[in-house]
Amino acid sequence: MARIVAGIATSHVPAVGHAVDSGRTEDDYWRPMFQGYEFSKQWIKDNPADVDIIVYNDHASYFGMDIMPTFGIGTAGKYEICDEGYGPRPVPVVMGHPELSTHLAASLILDDFDMTVLNRLDVDHGLTVPMSLMYGQPDAWPTRVIPFPVNVVMYPQPSGERCLAIGKAIRDAVQNFDEDINVRVWGTGGMSHQIQGARAGLINLPWDLQFMNDLIDQPEVLQHKPHLEYMIEAGSEGVELIMWLIMRGALGDDVNEVYRFNHVPASNTSVGHLILTPKD
Amino acid sequence: MKPNFEQFTDIPGTTIFTMEMAQKGFQLNEFCMSLRTQENRDRFHADERKYLDEWDMSEDQKQAVLTRDFQKMLDGGGNVYFLSKIFAAEGMSYVQAVSTMTDMNVDEYQAMMVAGGRDIEGWRSKKERGEA
Ligand SMILES: [Fe+2]
Repeated sequence: MARIVAGIATSHVPAVGHAVDSGRTEDDYWRPMFQGYEFSKQWIKDNPADVDIIVYNDHASYFGMDIMPTFGIGTAGKYEICDEGYGPRPVPVVMGHPELSTHLAASLILDDFDMTVLNRLDVDHGLTVPMSLMYGQPDAWPTRVIPFPVNVVMYPQPSGERCLAIGKAIRDAVQNFDEDINVRVWGTGGMSHQIQGARAGLINLPWDLQFMNDLIDQPEVLQHKPHLEYMIEAGSEGVELIMWLIMRGALGDDVNEVYRFNHVPASNTSVGHLILTPKD
Repeated sequence: MKPNFEQFTDIPGTTIFTMEMAQKGFQLNEFCMSLRTQENRDRFHADERKYLDEWDMSEDQKQAVLTRDFQKMLDGGGNVYFLSKIFAAEGMSYVQAVSTMTDMNVDEYQAMMVAGGRDIEGWRSKKERGEA
């Protein structure tokens, strides 16, 4: 039986990817942020897993407005890296786990989550920047990955309730997979940031810290937070944080907080990061 | 549930990319998506007007692109992740591009970010600011 062994939450700022790719992580501007991930890089080496299910959003990199899936799941054997306007990031190709993907996609659909099944998918900074933060710059990524893209770009995004619920369904599906493997679920994006309009640059750190506390202690309450509140309090792009609820739902009722880190700013963004493990 | 696309209009200095805005900006955003290949970026940069005329965009949308007026692109249904293809192709960062939509120059904007970002006090509601 497969099991979910940990949840990881992290921002996925594109400029962080540039800093890694251009060797600037030791610059004065970047050093304090990357130092906050040193614990995590060691932790993930000490606590290996087989598969990472990475909940992220595409940023008009693979999906345009032709097709905009609310919840998608990659079922491919590998995923190439998107050209986001300046050529693809120089990171290894992302290898998939088609067997678990197929099992997950089918389970979720049978549980009434109408997934978009993605046999072809290129992945952007939303997925690769978290991997760079946790794994550094290996020649090949150490785990198999299941990309789980969510529409957070176009309103209406899925509700917080729906995100928490699909996370719980992911947990059930993983536990019903007949292979003895360890799986992590990642929730990426956020925290507060706004990258458009006269209000651009908005950061709301007290709100971010409260969000982290509620995510850990009372996700059943947090799930009811309306999109409008995210957009007012955490900025128009802060609504990405609903993806953290999917990760949290996959961890069961109670969690241990292994690690927490916050840093302002990376580019326009309040960086937040959590490592959680299920209690049971 | 009846959708409420108007609920966001009281947020100051903010254009929420609703499904309605996505309709309005479809061709503009499609143009942006086309810039994901070097070949198209080169063609666009060689003759911007000619390249834009290949798209069924409004003249307002085209002018917004030609003048790099990102706020006007948002008003025309553009979304910043799509628009990023325009500025990324010119080697511009999000901080540089985003600052042009504010009342600050890029140095002032960067200084605000390094000092902790824009404080939300006074930025929650147009009504509160007397803008509504
Ligand atoms: Fe994002």
